Amino acid sequence: MPEAEFSLDSVSVLLVWTAIAIYALAFVAYAVDLARRSDLAVKAKDAAPVRELVAAGGSTISRVRAQEDAALAAVEARPGARPRYIWARIGTSLTVLGFLFHVGADITRGIAAGRVPWSNMYEFALTGTMLIIAVYLFVLLKYDLRFLGTFITGLVTVLLGATAIWFYTIVVPLSDPLKSVWLVIHVFVASLATALFALAFALSVTQLLQARRERLAVAADEASTTGDEVAVAGAGAAGAAGAAGKTGKTGPRFLRTLPSSDALESLAYRFAIIGFIFWTFTLIAGSIWANDAWGRYWGFDTKEVWTFVIWVLYAGYIHARATRGWRGTRSAWLSIVGFAAVMFNFTIVNMFFKGLHVYSGLS
Amino acid sequence: MSNSPSDPALAPELVEGPGTDPLRPSDHADGTREITQPQLGFVGWLRWGWRQLTSMRTALVLLLLLAIAAIPGSIFPQRTADPNGVIDFQTKNPDLYPVLNGMQLFDVYSSAWFSAIYILLFISLIGCVLPRTKHHFKALKARPPRTPARLSRLDDHAETLRPVAEGTDAGASAAHIVDVAQAQLRKAGYRVERYDTAAVGGRPAVASVSAERGYARETGNLVFHAALVGVLISVGVGGGLTYTGQTVIVEGDSFVNSLGLGYTSFNPGRFVDSEALPPYSLTLDSFDVSYVPVGESGQGMAGDFSANLTTREPGQDAKEQSVRVNHPLDMAGDRIYLMGNGYAPTITVRNPDGDVVFREDVEFLPQDANMTSQGVVKITDGLSDQLGLVGFFYPTAMTLHSGALTSAYPALVSPLLTFWVYAGDLGIADGTARNVYALDPSEMTLLAGSTSDVAALQLEPGQTVDLPNDMGTITFEDNTANGGAETVKRYVSLSIHRDVGAPFVLAFAVIALLGLLAALFVPRRRLWVKAVPADAGVRIEYAGLARGEDPAIAVAVADLQRGLETALDGEKA
Repeated sequence: MPEAEFSLDSVSVLLVWTAIAIYALAFVAYAVDLARRSDLAVKAKDAAPVRELVAAGGSTISRVRAQEDAALAAVEARPGARPRYIWARIGTSLTVLGFLFHVGADITRGIAAGRVPWSNMYEFALTGTMLIIAVYLFVLLKYDLRFLGTFITGLVTVLLGATAIWFYTIVVPLSDPLKSVWLVIHVFVASLATALFALAFALSVTQLLQARRERLAVAADEASTTGDEVAVAGAGAAGAAGAAGKTGKTGPRFLRTLPSSDALESLAYRFAIIGFIFWTFTLIAGSIWANDAWGRYWGFDTKEVWTFVIWVLYAGYIHARATRGWRGTRSAWLSIVGFAAVMFNFTIVNMFFKGLHVYSGLS
Repeated sequence: MSNSPSDPALAPELVEGPGTDPLRPSDHADGTREITQPQLGFVGWLRWGWRQLTSMRTALVLLLLLAIAAIPGSIFPQRTADPNGVIDFQTKNPDLYPVLNGMQLFDVYSSAWFSAIYILLFISLIGCVLPRTKHHFKALKARPPRTPARLSRLDDHAETLRPVAEGTDAGASAAHIVDVAQAQLRKAGYRVERYDTAAVGGRPAVASVSAERGYARETGNLVFHAALVGVLISVGVGGGLTYTGQTVIVEGDSFVNSLGLGYTSFNPGRFVDSEALPPYSLTLDSFDVSYVPVGESGQGMAGDFSANLTTREPGQDAKEQSVRVNHPLDMAGDRIYLMGNGYAPTITVRNPDGDVVFREDVEFLPQDANMTSQGVVKITDGLSDQLGLVGFFYPTAMTLHSGALTSAYPALVSPLLTFWVYAGDLGIADGTARNVYALDPSEMTLLAGSTSDVAALQLEPGQTVDLPNDMGTITFEDNTANGGAETVKRYVSLSIHRDVGAPFVLAFAVIALLGLLAALFVPRRRLWVKAVPADAGVRIEYAGLARGEDPAIAVAVADLQRGLETALDGEKA
């Protein structure tokens, strides 16, 4: 029934666009949340008794640390006990709604095609972005990572929009090499790994921002103690605030509601290692499939090369965490480079590199 | 330096050691203690070099280098994966090619520089793993370390005061509490050790248990790295014992697994005895394929390929088996893959007297998705001149507006065969090997088709036409007349592989994955429970120390406290 299939597929397309629109709204809500969080953070600081600040040592860095500890407790709090950021709630609700449309789009596409909806570039992007949202929403149950909402919804809006505009392909039957159980396993697990790497990437970026803020806070303290010796303990808080004002910006203000760079790094690491396991599995499953389909388990096909490069980059990231001088900022950069390679592998390699993984369905 | 768990020093991991220490867990964060180097002799320098090579930092740099070095192989065509791409690149960039070729950029993964990186990486890995294995082996046999004197100094600790009933000995009560804790910890999979101290001087007797778990973390880490070495060795050794060969079989024909008989190309590994290939033969009975019907989305797309073979092995009955994409055929340790297919029109050429001078199924190579195919017929003897025919085959012939022919659909709807005819010297008399799929017309005269005044020959199945210059006739045989299912025979190209290394590679890869799971997710931690008689009862101290990444250490200490107190409360009731 080609006609019926066509209409079901057009329903899918409609659902995709609805999901994109809702994700865009969620992005706006999350962005408003980040902006308002800064205000909330400022108000909280003003409301905090000066006594506490003095007790905390009065220096900029100890104030930063106190904020970060509170933020970490909030991140690890159970869903019921989290700070009531109204715009973040709106953002999350919209994300869930968009996700439902997204799932609907994915399922209708799968039914229209009569197979798993991830066997060409369009379907792979459709399912991959859906898994990014799914993993994000799942993680929210354990950690309050709503501060990544702008990144996640922004990324998915852009990817899904680009997918709908440029990658759309009509449903065609599977080519023979794709008729394999490994299509279900290999591609799905690769998508899951991508989703986890995306979260790790976002956390690594915030880690870098937070590390910069911490560095500037320490620098501000040093400047105030060396340059302003008259500042006595009692006036410490005011002195530090003045110093922070003098040194200028320490990054976006929403950083005040985020945990320490160490805590962010440790969170990023947790997602990255799960992603790494999935990626390793993807590599092995892909080799088994390649051995059946192409007659060799490994042949340095362009896609294989990039899968290998990404694997090695994340292996490097995991080692960097155990290497003197590489923990912290440098390892965060490895996580960022790793995810950049994942995105490169998915977009540029699929579209422009010649190789055996020619299933994008684009011509 | 020594950091063995049996070290009597209290909580030795709180002291940061030098970064080159290979005995650390993989996720250990190195400290920043400076090392002052003594004067080094030759052996000293060697040792220094070895330390550098096996240090984590070097391994990390090598890893990143490996990632970067692999990239050019995806940018430039590689001889192993895409030999035609290399030739194409050479034609298009004649100036650049020698430079890049000199840098081995068309053989990246066997190049000197790529090999240097991964060999150094693996030496570094082995140099790191061996001493760690020795150390871990000792640790596996060692007892959990002595309880630190001040548990409250650890990050994750808790303390409660438990009143004891009147008339009960606080010391005995303390020992009992630790007994219960010990049993619980043992049940939870911890290795436990008691460190009770008798009352000395003014200090009361202290009961304590030290517990450690998660040895599987380091085991997994070592297994992972060792398995990677296993993968590398399997790939290397397996490569030497591996062969791949290609062959083409037309429907009704057979292939015999013997070099010189059946293969169109054969690439043996270094240790392969090409004279002793397993004896078997394959006959192509038929080839199945389905095409998406006209009018449906994906029109003309081919699928469900199946080469139906009769296979024969010595001492066994003939078997009917099929080779499909994703489903290679296992044959006497070889694996047989279906790589391609095409049409092989049967061509008969007769001289003017009507004698057959040529009769063959000529394999035509598909040029597009609709199976427009190209083939070459070479007639060396029997005619007045050597003849070269360049043919095009259209399974569903259609004339474009430009007048050119094309194929509109891959199945045999209206098959048409056309030939350009060349006469002259085929260039095979001097014995040089010539590609059977290509014709070199440089020493030949064009008689028909292309730029010639004479139109190209056109044949439908069963048709016979005259060759130019009254040289004879050419017939496109209708295969159904000979009992075939279709008017034109099909052929398959098969790839025959033996890869003895592959199962080992897979086994080691799976072991590596399992090791990785343990290395990344098994928490390695130490827990302590200490009970000290105090004024109003017994003070119980709990503490935990994560060795490596362990996000749940605080939870573990809290659980330990809750578990013990629940048990003790239960006893009371």
